[in-house]
Amino acid sequence: MSGAADMNRNRALDWALVAYIVLAYAFVFAPIAASFVFSFNSDRFPSIPLGEFSLDWYRAIATDPLVWEGARNTLMVGVIVGVVSTLLGFGAAYTDYRYKFAGKQVYLALALLPPTIPVIILGLAMLAYLSRVNLSGNALSVIISHVVVCAPFAMAIIRLRLSQMDPALEPAAWNLGASEWMAMRHVIVPFCAPAILGALFITMAVSFDEFAVAWFVSGLNETLPVKVLGFLQGQVSPRINAIGTFVFILSMTLVILAQLLLSGRGAKSAERE
Amino acid sequence: MRRPISLYGLTFSLPLLIWQVLFFVFPLVFLVALSFWTVKNFVMRPDFDTVNWTTMYGRTVFWQAYGTTLALAAAASVLTSVLAFPAAYAVAFKLSDTSRRWAVFLMVIPFFTSYLVRVYSWQTFLSDNGIINVILSWIGLGPFVMLNTVGATMIGYLTLSFPLVVLLQLFSLVFIDRTLIEAAHNMRCGRLRTVFEVVIPSARTGLVIAALFCFILSFGDFVSPVYLGGGEPTTLSILITDTTKSGQQWPRAAVIALTMIGTLMVVAFVAVKFAYKGKSK
Repeated sequence: MSGAADMNRNRALDWALVAYIVLAYAFVFAPIAASFVFSFNSDRFPSIPLGEFSLDWYRAIATDPLVWEGARNTLMVGVIVGVVSTLLGFGAAYTDYRYKFAGKQVYLALALLPPTIPVIILGLAMLAYLSRVNLSGNALSVIISHVVVCAPFAMAIIRLRLSQMDPALEPAAWNLGASEWMAMRHVIVPFCAPAILGALFITMAVSFDEFAVAWFVSGLNETLPVKVLGFLQGQVSPRINAIGTFVFILSMTLVILAQLLLSGRGAKSAERE
Repeated sequence: MRRPISLYGLTFSLPLLIWQVLFFVFPLVFLVALSFWTVKNFVMRPDFDTVNWTTMYGRTVFWQAYGTTLALAAAASVLTSVLAFPAAYAVAFKLSDTSRRWAVFLMVIPFFTSYLVRVYSWQTFLSDNGIINVILSWIGLGPFVMLNTVGATMIGYLTLSFPLVVLLQLFSLVFIDRTLIEAAHNMRCGRLRTVFEVVIPSARTGLVIAALFCFILSFGDFVSPVYLGGGEPTTLSILITDTTKSGQQWPRAAVIALTMIGTLMVVAFVAVKFAYKGKSK
């Protein structure tokens, strides 16, 4: 804060605002923290005071073959979705970075719009369309739909990284005799590497948590979030907390990895600009 | 930068284009066609019949759900924006750079937790024997019925969009030219007046876009109205899932979905128009 603003400061108001920040974060983290705490709590209908410490709910999900199957599906779908989305997103980001062409606005709209369509509508459209072309009711249909939603995230992350690159770098490689393909391999890809890995992890994390579209199209090959939805519909049980905590730790590991990659060497040069 | 179409360029640009046309544009276009199909004996048949549109639009239930959904989503956008603004403002102007970076990082975390799990967790807080009622009973209040109310649905909508709205507001506030604020202070403009006449107008684009995102998210969400609101009153999202999952009435569900898309497009158009009003870029 500079001098002029300092004169106009009011301590009480500042404290009130900071207190409000704390309150806002408390609201956001209350359900997350509670889910974590109650996943270790013995009560069938969780509330306070807390029951005993117990790993029952973890044991319950660990011995449930349906949960294992869901976890396997989630993991398989997530990894494939991550790889495919990142490849498609990289291509789109590079296209936007390098080329100007008629209809580019439409191209970018297609590349970025899908996440703004409500998942329930996307789910219905996907279900109807994929079952028409005989692709619904299996893991492949979940993969296809998730890539539609995840590729835009990959595109955005990688595009951001490309905008930090010196635009003269690629032409310099060509002038030195590199072909376009060689420049891609030795200049562009290494420069984007942290963002590519970041996009890979973020899109995997998005896929791990997506339940609505997956619920519509998965048929019998349910992913873990769809199972959770099933638990919510049926006998509500603290198993949800145990699954939630488990998936949360998995997702956060991926996000922190992505964060470390994105804010490592690359971000520093960007901050100076 | 100027070479036209080449194999090299197409290798990078085509895959996404093909994927999104095949699996994003086509499904949405197919939804339009589907809305004109007919269902006989639980079997769908390609057709060109407006019966689904007339049936759905002729039902009071549909219009009631439509009104409810619009009202709930509008209320959620206003409520979320108003509650998020002081937090975004405080993070933007009252925290050090380091704390602000932490604040942003913490607000990103909810995106990677399951929304379903958070909604289930809110049930633990709001139910008749839940955490809030237990705490209230210690001071001799309650119990209050909080679960399966519209208020609970609102808490769900807040859970869904509050972090996103705070972040979007924050990014627009951070980019405000600080000299404008100092100028207002130097001219003895009061703090509150500065907020309303300098800060909010300068950040208008971001604030409106944030509210728009909240509207879109709440408008299409079926989890909060069902698992926190108890399914009453019926929203369009509930109507879609019911129509899709029970019986083969996909064409009617398509009518609801297309009506929702149409509504969202109008709302988004108006909001974007307002957000960028009087700006060259």
